[in-house]
Amino acid sequence: MIYFDNSATTKPYKEVLNSFLTVSSEYFGNPSSLHSFGGQAEKLLSQAREQSAKLIGVKPNELYFTSGGTESNNLAIKGAALGNRNRGRHLITSSVEHPSVLTAMEQLEQEGFEITRLPVDKAGRVSVEDVKSSIRKDTILVSIMQVNNEVGTIQPIKEIGHMLKSHPSVIFHVDAVQGIGKVHLDIYESRIDLLSISAHKIHGLKGTGALFIREGVRIAPLFSGGNQERKIRSGTENVAGAVAMAKALRMTLDKSAEAMKNMVELKNLLRNKLNEIEEIQINTPIENSAQHILNFSLKGIKSEVFIHALEQKNIFVSTTSACSSKKKAPSNTLLQMGVPEELAESAIRISLSFDNTEEEARKAILEIEKTVKHLGRVMNK
Amino acid sequence: MNYDRILIRYGEISTKGRNRNKFVDKLRKSVRIALTPFPNIKIEASRDRMYVLLNGENGIEIIKKLKNIFGIQSFSPAIKVEREMESIKEASLTLVKSLYLEGQTFKVTAKRSDKTFDLNTDEINNAIGGHLLTNIAGIKVDVRNPDINLRVEVRKEAVYLSCETIKGAGGLPSESSGKAMLMLSGGIDSPVAGYMAMKRGLEIEAVHFFSPPFTSERAKEKVIDLSKKLAEMAGGSIKLHIVPFTDVQQAIREQVPENYTMTSTRRMMLRITDEIRKKQEGLAIITGESLGQVASQTLESMYAINEVTNTPILRPLISMDKTDIIKIASEIDTLEISNRPYEDCCTIFVPASPKTKPKREKVNQYESYFDFEPLIQEAVQEVETLVIKPDREPHSEFSELF
Repeated sequence: MIYFDNSATTKPYKEVLNSFLTVSSEYFGNPSSLHSFGGQAEKLLSQAREQSAKLIGVKPNELYFTSGGTESNNLAIKGAALGNRNRGRHLITSSVEHPSVLTAMEQLEQEGFEITRLPVDKAGRVSVEDVKSSIRKDTILVSIMQVNNEVGTIQPIKEIGHMLKSHPSVIFHVDAVQGIGKVHLDIYESRIDLLSISAHKIHGLKGTGALFIREGVRIAPLFSGGNQERKIRSGTENVAGAVAMAKALRMTLDKSAEAMKNMVELKNLLRNKLNEIEEIQINTPIENSAQHILNFSLKGIKSEVFIHALEQKNIFVSTTSACSSKKKAPSNTLLQMGVPEELAESAIRISLSFDNTEEEARKAILEIEKTVKHLGRVMNK
Repeated sequence: MNYDRILIRYGEISTKGRNRNKFVDKLRKSVRIALTPFPNIKIEASRDRMYVLLNGENGIEIIKKLKNIFGIQSFSPAIKVEREMESIKEASLTLVKSLYLEGQTFKVTAKRSDKTFDLNTDEINNAIGGHLLTNIAGIKVDVRNPDINLRVEVRKEAVYLSCETIKGAGGLPSESSGKAMLMLSGGIDSPVAGYMAMKRGLEIEAVHFFSPPFTSERAKEKVIDLSKKLAEMAGGSIKLHIVPFTDVQQAIREQVPENYTMTSTRRMMLRITDEIRKKQEGLAIITGESLGQVASQTLESMYAINEVTNTPILRPLISMDKTDIIKIASEIDTLEISNRPYEDCCTIFVPASPKTKPKREKVNQYESYFDFEPLIQEAVQEVETLVIKPDREPHSEFSELF
């Protein structure tokens, strides 16, 4: 099997699963229980927090465990909006965010918040100037993703953060779900207040993630309950999941330096070879794009058909993002980039992990070539 | 440009007259311990300066370590050059070029501790300044608020160039002022008191009162975690004495009227701490008391409690406000630990209305009906002493899970 859908989810590392299993079976206590068995669970949780925080370069008391990227984004955006509504009701985001950001914004719009959705250029990038000129006196939040999940474009997070230094009352949220481990980001240097991460994109488990909340930034919780996670996220902590995430994060970052070189080569190989196929148009920009995502459109072939055709060869790729691929709608990001609707409907995303090999890439190229030729003949009859 | 040394300024030590060598030796020891992860460095200490020669070790990591060492006023990464104007100019140019970003300003600040050098400070400033201006396009002089301040120190043996002065932790070198016992409850104040005492060069040993089952293992772990932080500040390890206090505390509950239990408890704690101090050959006891903060910290309470010993009680926080104490706790990274919500020996058995103005006569009278001495001796004998090291590998029992 050639698995090229790592932006949808990754295969959990074996070591990560083992940690999860051990913690779940041997340290199943509730961290809030007063007895020493609960104490052990609490220790594990705080060690998971310390390690994860250290790895992403923040303080342990700034990291809050959640159930994943969607929850982190919802908590960040709704929490910041509701917790600061007395200061203003204007929110800024881009038009190419993940659905968990876009629909959270829509929901807030119905609650009376005003949303500015910034356009992107042909490469899918937001302009710092646009962010700057959209800021008003009542702006309380700017939410921009680090790496676009559909085409891999890297947004100018550091530059936006620097610009926001002169707007200290605006909270800056970054959805870093796709970037962690693959695209470097200095959280403090980029003046980020809130940052979402998810474990299953880095070989951890589904249902685990975290939100970084910079010291001193106030947001309202979304859940009412037992006040876990310093009152920000009630609900009995997923200790095993948190430990597994800490391990996944460590293993991913340990591999990163060496594995990135390989990933760059794979992406270049795929890009160059696929570019030679006449029916293919590459959508991922050459500059400022993450190394693990390559998006392309097929002229005259529906992406769904293409996916299933490749599947028969045991190659797994994706139509745009996994979260929206069931909707059968053209890729939102591509439409925003100005790609014609016909091409936006036939987009394919290849997303790599550190474990993919050159052999896999070469085989995939060969099969894609064959499939395009074959389907092209059938569809254009 | 690679710095080859870090110049360390002593600050207050320099004023310590004939004891200076001792202080310098202590500081040298602190620096050596803090920099053990860097085997290639060399430390050169003289009466008024210390140099850490990097010999290829990671300067940035070393700077991080130096920031936490007590007894250092400030330090500067520096380059050593020959006392020869041409080489000074060339090295200055390379150094400033490596830092210069377009549009920035600079200034040269020369100092001559050796007045036999050919040029005076003005002439040095001019010569180097001119050289930089002609060789770096776009750079400007700003003597008031420069982006780059190039310091040139002309000393007998060589000339030192540096561009940054980094503030040190201040205070006096570790263990240069003697030993004292720190009463460590687990709250916010006592670790801060310990930090401030260490900053003035005291070696501290912590004393914690443990009353199972009234206080839990987690309260004890909390104190161990705090001690790890203190050990890190001390630049080595720290002793933690854990006193089994349950029997004494129960006896007080039985013998002393409720509104005086708090006063009596503090007196017993002080007596026990003083016994441990004698054994460990310390000369003082440090507490986190701040005047008027709680019932036991009114002047009347201190007067009644302090009666049991004439050992000096040092109270570094005595005149500080709670908000300022919390600020320091946050800076030294103990606040988070102190905020863990477990009962400690001071929070259990708190009477509904403790005396804020206890009387010595009264407390003596209440305590006279019972002989506490055997219980105190027993507690002292049963003390568990742990040597706590900084937390480099947290909770290693779980390490394979991470």
